[in-house]
Amino acid sequence: MKNKHGISLGFLFFFLPVALWLTLLIVLPHLELLRLSFTSTSHEGLTLVNYMAFFTEPIYWLTFVRTAAYSILVTFLVMVIALPVSFYITKVARVRTGGFLMMLVLVPFWVSELIRVYGWIILLRESGVINRFLVSTGLFRQPVEMLYNDITMVMGLVYTSMLFMVVPIIGVMDALDDSLIEAAYDLGASKIAIWRTIIIPHCTPGMVSGGIIVFMLVLGSYLTPNLMGGKNSLWFTEQIYNQIILYFNWNQGAAFGFLLLVLSSLIIWAGLRLTGQNLREVVK
Amino acid sequence: MRIALSVQNLTRRFADFTAVNDVSFDVEDGKFFSILGPSGCGKTTLLRMIAGFYRQDSGTILFNGVDMGDAAPNKRPVNLVFQNLALFPMMNVYENVAFGLRRRGEKGAAVDRKVRDVLERVGLPDAGEKQVSQLSGGQKQRIAIARCLVLDPTVLLLDEPLGALDAKLREHMKIELKTLQANVGTTFVYITHDQSEAMVMSDRVAVMNRGVFEQIGTPQELYHRPKSSFVAQFVGSNNKLHVTLRRDIHGAALARYADGVDLRLSEVCGDVDANEPYDMFVRPEAMVINPDAAQTNFNSVPVTVKAILFDGGNSRLLVSPEGTSDELVVMLPQTRQFDHIHAGDRIRVGWDAAASLCFLKSDWKLYDEK
Repeated sequence: MKNKHGISLGFLFFFLPVALWLTLLIVLPHLELLRLSFTSTSHEGLTLVNYMAFFTEPIYWLTFVRTAAYSILVTFLVMVIALPVSFYITKVARVRTGGFLMMLVLVPFWVSELIRVYGWIILLRESGVINRFLVSTGLFRQPVEMLYNDITMVMGLVYTSMLFMVVPIIGVMDALDDSLIEAAYDLGASKIAIWRTIIIPHCTPGMVSGGIIVFMLVLGSYLTPNLMGGKNSLWFTEQIYNQIILYFNWNQGAAFGFLLLVLSSLIIWAGLRLTGQNLREVVK
Repeated sequence: MRIALSVQNLTRRFADFTAVNDVSFDVEDGKFFSILGPSGCGKTTLLRMIAGFYRQDSGTILFNGVDMGDAAPNKRPVNLVFQNLALFPMMNVYENVAFGLRRRGEKGAAVDRKVRDVLERVGLPDAGEKQVSQLSGGQKQRIAIARCLVLDPTVLLLDEPLGALDAKLREHMKIELKTLQANVGTTFVYITHDQSEAMVMSDRVAVMNRGVFEQIGTPQELYHRPKSSFVAQFVGSNNKLHVTLRRDIHGAALARYADGVDLRLSEVCGDVDANEPYDMFVRPEAMVINPDAAQTNFNSVPVTVKAILFDGGNSRLLVSPEGTSDELVVMLPQTRQFDHIHAGDRIRVGWDAAASLCFLKSDWKLYDEK
């Protein structure tokens, strides 16, 4: 089944859709965006004004720093919560209970992110379920606005990205031999020492891949910070949205998009370097 | 002699199943003690209770006379070599060995000196920088033991650590473990289902079955004077003959085998109850091919040779007593004296009456017997 160039039909059959998908939907639009980001309506030819705007206007780069810092915080929090959750599902619960718990983690993700965020809003808003409960029991004298602040936003982001950390960590933790934990215990290690010396080093590949996924998802998320963080919690994706949709400034929006891509890649690279991880081993 | 480990009336139940039932034993300091039993006899449960991973339902465990009570595994002066060794793959050999010392809070030169010392003692002085995956099976074994020995435990527990090795290496490691134990002088409690491992290495062996110790003794005692039908079958190989017992007019015990053959017995069989079925045991190596007919107090049975099981120095004959479908195994010395025997031949096999033992018939089966 090979033609004169030695390429089999089977290979073409599977490669062509991927190649088309990548070229038409990823590469071509990005090339166009890249061209847009280097042009401007107020300048002739290629220009760097769009990129310069990011560094000269503090509101832009401060929004990015804020977004990146909160994304790192969310990634860290998700990791801290996902580790004991995964440990319970894989090592403590029985096989059947573990499967049930895994379903509990999974089921919320069958519902769209928008609906889940509205769920939080129903719970937390001034006239929401929690406020009504607290006022009716007399704990609060009057309802308190719990939405539209950074803490609520971080909580929402942690909630929406939990699955993407739990799944890879469960994958590696399942492969951890119980006798290693027992051996460490037998050799005199305390519970904290077992986590530090055995469980976390073993789970690092899962934590890193989960960390990259969660960080990227959070950094690029739009709905949750917008709906739960409100006006005070400016997210970098909102800046891109504003440029393109509100100001019709595609050039500026494209430049921000590329800056987000480059800067987030840099942060991940730095994170891998700092923790001594190798991307190749993580992907493996 | 000081008692390093004393176990008293230990019992552990899982739901309605009693895994360990009122087990008591003492291990003297510096001895190699083995617990031998088939899989599912409760030996691993017993070991895990000693290590502290399971809580006993009743009974006490004492190390050097100190009751362990509810102490967790990391608070006991005992270390366990796991069946799969459980070396930490995320650390190199040096860090594996230093693990326990670091958990105790020891630092710097003291750790370094102890690790190097113990690696020297197990014969791997240069292995420190290696990764666990770079070690061979036998080397992993030694590192797993070194990792425990460096903590200078009162008792070292070993849970069938040779199980995963191939036959040749296992033979080699048996001798090596025994030598190592003699050199370091630590008390070893070794768990195995392989009677040869237990016999070769141990000072004393406990034979365990269905959650109880059937007999504790030196390997020689267990082999020559088993106290139960189970021990007779499990330790070494044995031929089992179903017999009934009676006494003749002179009061000597006789065993009736296969509706017709009367076999002489020495007085080791205890009470004789003519109504009960008995099992009579004769070891393959106690059986003589074509014995001299003139010997006294000797039994002789005509048999048909079914097969020759050639295995070098361990060669045996598979024979069937005439008029039965039983199979007996007879040692076949490779002195070329018996080269004339072939399958289908009719010969006689005999044994000294003192070499056989009788126990009340028990239902227990070592493997799927007919």
